[in-house]
Amino acid sequence: MYTFIARRLLATIPVLLVVAVLVFLMLRLTPGDPAAILAGDAASGEQIAAIRASLGLDRPLPVQFAIWAGNLLQGDFGSSYFYKTQVAQLIAQRIEPTLALATLTILIAVIVSIPLGVIAAWRFGGWFDRALMGFSVLGFSVPVFVLAYLLIWIVSLQLGWFPVQGYRRLADGFWPFLHHLILPAITLSVIYIALIARVTRAAVLEALGEDYIRTARAKGLPEARVLVRHALANAAVPIATVIGIGIALLIGGVVVTESVYAIPGLGRLTVDAVLARDFPTVQAVILLFSFAYVLVNLLVDLSYVVFDPRIRY
Amino acid sequence: MHRKIAAAVLLAALAGGALAQEKVLRVVPHSNLSILDPIWTTQFMARNHGYMIYDTLFGTDEKNRVQPQMVDTWTVSPDQRLWTFKLRDGLEFHDGKPVTGEDVAASIARWGKRDAMGQKLMTFVERMDSPDAKTFRIFLREACGIMLEALGKPSSNVPFIMTKRVADTPADKQIEEHIGSGPYIFVRDQFKPGDKAVYVKNAKYKPRKEAPSGTAGGKHVYVDRVEWNLALRDGQAQVNALAKGEIDVLERPAFESYEQLRKAPGVVLVTKDPLGFQYMGRFNHLHPPFNNPKIRQAAIAAMQQEPFLRAQVGIKEFYKPCASMYTCGTPYGSAKGSDIQSKSSMRKAQELLKASGYDGTPVVILKPTDLAAIQKLPDVAAQLLRQAGFKVDLQAMDWNTVVSRRSKKEPPAQGGWNIFLTAWLAPDVWNPLTNAALGAAGEKSWFGWPTDEQIEKLRDQFARETDAAKKKALAEAIQVRAFEVGTHAPLGEYVNPYAVRKNISGLVIGSGDTYWNVKKN
Repeated sequence: MYTFIARRLLATIPVLLVVAVLVFLMLRLTPGDPAAILAGDAASGEQIAAIRASLGLDRPLPVQFAIWAGNLLQGDFGSSYFYKTQVAQLIAQRIEPTLALATLTILIAVIVSIPLGVIAAWRFGGWFDRALMGFSVLGFSVPVFVLAYLLIWIVSLQLGWFPVQGYRRLADGFWPFLHHLILPAITLSVIYIALIARVTRAAVLEALGEDYIRTARAKGLPEARVLVRHALANAAVPIATVIGIGIALLIGGVVVTESVYAIPGLGRLTVDAVLARDFPTVQAVILLFSFAYVLVNLLVDLSYVVFDPRIRY
Repeated sequence: MHRKIAAAVLLAALAGGALAQEKVLRVVPHSNLSILDPIWTTQFMARNHGYMIYDTLFGTDEKNRVQPQMVDTWTVSPDQRLWTFKLRDGLEFHDGKPVTGEDVAASIARWGKRDAMGQKLMTFVERMDSPDAKTFRIFLREACGIMLEALGKPSSNVPFIMTKRVADTPADKQIEEHIGSGPYIFVRDQFKPGDKAVYVKNAKYKPRKEAPSGTAGGKHVYVDRVEWNLALRDGQAQVNALAKGEIDVLERPAFESYEQLRKAPGVVLVTKDPLGFQYMGRFNHLHPPFNNPKIRQAAIAAMQQEPFLRAQVGIKEFYKPCASMYTCGTPYGSAKGSDIQSKSSMRKAQELLKASGYDGTPVVILKPTDLAAIQKLPDVAAQLLRQAGFKVDLQAMDWNTVVSRRSKKEPPAQGGWNIFLTAWLAPDVWNPLTNAALGAAGEKSWFGWPTDEQIEKLRDQFARETDAAKKKALAEAIQVRAFEVGTHAPLGEYVNPYAVRKNISGLVIGSGDTYWNVKKN
């Protein structure tokens, strides 16, 4: 097991290396000059050239890459062109909202979707099952921003239950934190509820057709125990996989949600950095996302051992 | 030093009462604040940040007259070569040190290296000095007619006064300290890029006695704290937040939002800046087809203002055609020389194009897709130019790509361009020196790089002239010539009112986004 973990962690190094090279090159090949953006509308060509030189963007690409990679090896992500702040500090400022939003989203999604999926499988073909399938199609189809505006209009503007925008840090108190986060998390969780509920339903349905379920029922076990201890437990591996995929997909989902709800998280930072051609920030954020992606996959693989004792690494 | 600033911030907070009773003005600015040096960049957000924390020697009132601000009195020698300025009493930086003539001289020197008008002024300046703490002098090589206009200019780059140790920062490097003597103190520790910027009332600031007007007059502060919400940038979310009272001021909403904002309870629209903005279409003079003045004239004739304004702004009371290359309603605003555009028609444009020898070279128009304030202009330009007989290649991209691409001097086929469209704040185009599009010194000029000796000569005369009537005549002559050679096409003017909660009052009328005199009831 430990060898497996070590091997997987070591495998992240070439992955991150490839990502680093690709991101570096793609950013440089994309049209757009950070110096011109920094200089402002009325700047002269000379001023732009001076800024370009001060950022080191007038040097050959291999030299720029060598400097960046060298700093990276020393744990230095560089400094944002725009904010004159260390990128690591920027990320530290922005990581809490994104982590909070992602965690609450997955929490809501798991708590809601798994029972729904199990019940739908148990009542296969009934009205509940059909309603859930209908909801899941809707959940997949409605874009996050449409759902966000709809929820804001109903829950915030009409009912006045939650604020329409903003984020409060956990340090400001748990209730303000939750009060500002719950609507964005519900918005973002809908698609994951649809996804996880659907997979749960399929996996539990398959398990319910197995001999051991018939045996458990024949032994006279209560139906709830049959469903949870026998059907759901045996269906856990595909569900864990889809939750893992969901966490990875969240990286994309938070960008839109953070924009609509004005949450100053990593998603928003990424969009701003891309639009402003803030190369050091984009490079660092993408490396971080890639590392998170690899880590989530590793955790999902490890969870298989817990859910299915037959699996060994 | 940082302790002193922290103490000033704390004092300001205490003076405003306990945090719970603070009057906080919550503002959603029109853009993100990323650069904190208003001299290093011309970005409007940096300028607005500057107005919060710095003061200026002169301001420009809502009638566009330059008025003293930090300056108490000033004298000019009979030969107009020596200007002596006395600072008013009670000027103090946020760290508690008094503002001195040395601070002023250092600030003007740094500004004079960056700003276009400042650079022009500096060509006349022999030296500056400060004979005593409250006096500074500017010695000129020869008389010039732009001294007060330059020192009182309300838009980027504004000659903000910084402490000498900050102003001594090389002009090509950004400043690290943000200490001014203005009405607000910047809370550096609470600045989170892309999230929020916080300013607290400078309790020690001594406003002038005159009523506030534009960037001039008394800068009274009636709130304890101003918070710029930099995270709220989705247009619909901004409207929702204002309607629900989560924010107090929304600068320049998208035109599509006004109908909803008008119906929102508790929200009013305020035209803070009646002079507004001017749209502009800029030609690249380096490459075909617009290296031919006759073809530029045909394009200007085709680019009638009304279609641009109708498509982009759409709300009749918010826009007006303006035949002038200078802001209409300001001293140099004039229709002289504009017949090629203002009295033209599509048929005339077609005739001009036919006579110009246009060979069908495609016109590359840069179209930003993410800047709501101008994103429809390129489509209108493309359609009008096609109707006139041009072959058009409309290329869509994000605004920052436009910003980068317009600085490329290569031919359009190699990543260059032929036309881009933009908008200017009124003060940026209201005289021949601030109007960057009127610079005609070839590759040293603003993007588009026109070359015309006559315009440059006239601009130089304008800078030297001290008589107001003669200056106006020179400004008109420059405009006449600019239409003749087709430097650019003015595309009309518009206002973009603020949307504010009904309990907010006192927004000062004038150019720029300033927050002194604002009351929250």
